[in-house]
Amino acid sequence: MDGDRTGVLGTRVLRIEDQRLLTVGGTYVDDLDIPELAGAARVTFVRSPLAHALVTAVDASAARGEPGVIAVLTGEDAPPLPDEPLAEPLLAGERVRFVGEPVAMVITDGQYRGEDAAELVSVDYEPLPAVASLDDALADETLLFPATGSNVAGAAGAEDSTGDALFEGCEVVVGATIVNQRVAPVPLEVRGAAATWADDRLTMWASTQNSQLARFAVAGTLGLPPDAVRIITPDVGGGFGAKIAVDREHLAVAWATRHLGRPLRWSETRSENMVAMTHGRAQRQEITIGGTRDGKILAYRFDFVQDSGAYPRAGFLPSLTRLMTSGAYLIPRVECSYKFVLTSTTPIAAYRGAGRPEATAAVERAVDLFAAGIGMDPAEVRRLNVVPPDRFPYTTPTGATYDTGDYAVALDKVLAAAGYGELRAEQAARRERGDRVQLGLGLATYVEITAGDGGGESGRIDIHEDGTATVFTGSSAHGQGHATAWSMLVQEELGIAMGDVTVVHGDTDIIPTGIGTFGSRSLQLGGAAVHKAAGEVKEQARGLAAELAGVTEQDMEFDPRLGVWRVHGESGTDLEWGKIAGAAGPDGLTADVMFTAASPTFPFGAHLAVVEVDTETGKVTLVRHVTVDDAGVLVNPLLAEGQRHGGIAQGAAQALLEEVVYDADGNPLTGTLADYAIITATELPSFELVDSQTPTGINPLGVKGIGEAGTIGSTPAVQNAVVDAVAHLGVRHIDMPTTPQRVWAAIREAANTKAMDTKAEAAR
Amino acid sequence: MKVELTVNGELVAADVEDRMLLVHYLRDVAGLTATNVGCDTTSCGACTVLLDGESVKSCTLLAAQADGASVITVEGLADADGTLHPVQQAFREQHGLQCGFCTPGMVMAIVSLLRENPHPTEEQVRSGLEGNLCRCTGYHNIVKAALAVGRLSGQESTAAENGSAL
Repeated sequence: MDGDRTGVLGTRVLRIEDQRLLTVGGTYVDDLDIPELAGAARVTFVRSPLAHALVTAVDASAARGEPGVIAVLTGEDAPPLPDEPLAEPLLAGERVRFVGEPVAMVITDGQYRGEDAAELVSVDYEPLPAVASLDDALADETLLFPATGSNVAGAAGAEDSTGDALFEGCEVVVGATIVNQRVAPVPLEVRGAAATWADDRLTMWASTQNSQLARFAVAGTLGLPPDAVRIITPDVGGGFGAKIAVDREHLAVAWATRHLGRPLRWSETRSENMVAMTHGRAQRQEITIGGTRDGKILAYRFDFVQDSGAYPRAGFLPSLTRLMTSGAYLIPRVECSYKFVLTSTTPIAAYRGAGRPEATAAVERAVDLFAAGIGMDPAEVRRLNVVPPDRFPYTTPTGATYDTGDYAVALDKVLAAAGYGELRAEQAARRERGDRVQLGLGLATYVEITAGDGGGESGRIDIHEDGTATVFTGSSAHGQGHATAWSMLVQEELGIAMGDVTVVHGDTDIIPTGIGTFGSRSLQLGGAAVHKAAGEVKEQARGLAAELAGVTEQDMEFDPRLGVWRVHGESGTDLEWGKIAGAAGPDGLTADVMFTAASPTFPFGAHLAVVEVDTETGKVTLVRHVTVDDAGVLVNPLLAEGQRHGGIAQGAAQALLEEVVYDADGNPLTGTLADYAIITATELPSFELVDSQTPTGINPLGVKGIGEAGTIGSTPAVQNAVVDAVAHLGVRHIDMPTTPQRVWAAIREAANTKAMDTKAEAAR
Repeated sequence: MKVELTVNGELVAADVEDRMLLVHYLRDVAGLTATNVGCDTTSCGACTVLLDGESVKSCTLLAAQADGASVITVEGLADADGTLHPVQQAFREQHGLQCGFCTPGMVMAIVSLLRENPHPTEEQVRSGLEGNLCRCTGYHNIVKAALAVGRLSGQESTAAENGSAL
């Protein structure tokens, strides 16, 4: 009917965020022009130029004498470290552990004075040997935290190893040592914060994914009760996991603001960001897989070393990787062990996927190695070994319980959409002709875990007397389109038009309870909380409406199409939301919900990458990327596709181009965007997305997380495609990123090996 | 030194440090903060604006170098009544933006690209956007938006594009 407001879920609603972002731009932390920050001084960090050294002296006198310099603060001024063996200071004390580690902070007036003054801070270092590689770390000759006796900060699983017995009965066993390289998150907005100290309260505006978690971190550092800290999240220009809560620089800004008693603002440069924002991935993986010649995988061992960087911020990463060891496959015998080691490099933490892409890349390479080992098409091996639909819920050997899925269907959908048979024929023709440019097809069938943290999320709805609604969400948007999606949920449930719904997030004075955004948790927890709050509002409204109409609750009916209540079957008795809100008590018509799911959800899918490889130069071109990413029910396909596009690009970037590189002394060689090969539009095709929606029963919306799925599937698909393109030349594996140099070298090495084999054959 | 610019049709004049970058002039002097700084190596294009009709990265020019010139930022694209420029409109319709940080620069780069080549192919759009980074969209819908405008263009041009600065 005309004006029907229901049926909005599942439709391609354009974003309500966009008008502002497109015309006047977002208000990111560095854009804030508010009275509280009038006259705020700027913070510039003095950072270590060495990977590992003792700090013997800091002389700030020259800087302090410069015009415009308000203060220089060093490790001596900073609050004492918590009593933990691997504690990370706000400003380095006696030792620096990575290039870029903050040593001092310079507080200045004016736009450019900070960098000038920072150069005048003289720091004496006594260089120590770097611990720049995993082997350096494991050797334990140079220790980053001597008191702990080892660079190994954690380990699991080794005690359960059954050794060679794991592969008993396998006709073919293959393996490899592969690298899941370190990459940089590079949100387009760098890190930043602004803070004030007034009336014994610290207020901080921060570019973060989690204002509430940030509040606890700041309160803890400052020794304040949480309600003496207010965190406000303005627009956030991308996070990708690297803006979860706050980093030491944010904490240092908060501390310095209180210490100096004046408002401060901080915005790092991109070059600082490349060495001081956390990096992601960084695992060296040993994979061994065995099975029968007719394609059944029987056993898989996965041992890896997780690079932690200089401080252990990411203990959860290797455990998530371990949890997802066996991927989408039903493998009878699985073992996984890891070590978590400290190196004198930028700390590692969450980056889109956070632990799951690493597990997926390992098992997907393993499956392809196995397929090559038995001479079977990798699609067929996957079809034979994915968890069959009748096994759900399926508990893996490493303890994950997959909720719902049909992995073989996802695979078949992708193969059909891509025209897999034709592509294989084209590949065979090119191989037959000996074309210079060869075709490679790469597959990944993946499953991942979302909302795996076990926490809940808050959602509150207030209905106002003018008939509009305000949603308060503990979830936090930085590009995902929460305001649009949450408004759609309200419109669907309450019949209040999206345009009359305001979504508020990211101010801890207004929304003290919440967790925020990571692990693709927002819609399934934060969205579900809003959905449930809407349901509670409706229940309250029924009573109020009945009172207004002078009938019993059972006599009232709700018409969600128009968002009105009426006496059952009686026209002319319509009561609109505003009227009902007006009849509510002093608290108004409101519902406040904390939604916690009983368990995580497990999105799944299949990716097929098609690459062309120039066998003379090694240059790889990604020509097609076809995916199924099934994250349950879609609230807004437009938003879900956007998440998939971005994820695919970031995953492909890891497979093709991106890598954070250090030299043997721990110097970063990719410290700017001119050096770090961030992917651009020229290196990517348009993506081909296939629809698939398998609902979950874990939450009332039937949704799973979609934020990271694209990244998880695309990396191994693209890598597998590159190897596949040159497999007929004898290449078995190429580490990421599959740069022209690496691909060319792999082709040469395979040719040399072949030539040597032929020679040896002839000599016999 | 004194730097005088016409920004989105309005005259702005100020005494600034010699070394002030154009992007900081736009943000801090003119108060137009849509134009963002995303890097320090002229790599990301978040600061792209039109200078006398040509797209430039405003982090790589001194304000002094732009003295006397006319600058259009994304704030100057839409009509006074709020009607979006076709590129802005296409970004909205094609979901060409997520976090919005690269968007002002990306939109200006595409406005410039389409002025030079009103009906580009996908390959031409992709190569034309090599200097503008986006981390959210995988470029998919940005390219789609540019192509959508390319298909529409020729029908009408907007006030902003007929302005003296362009």
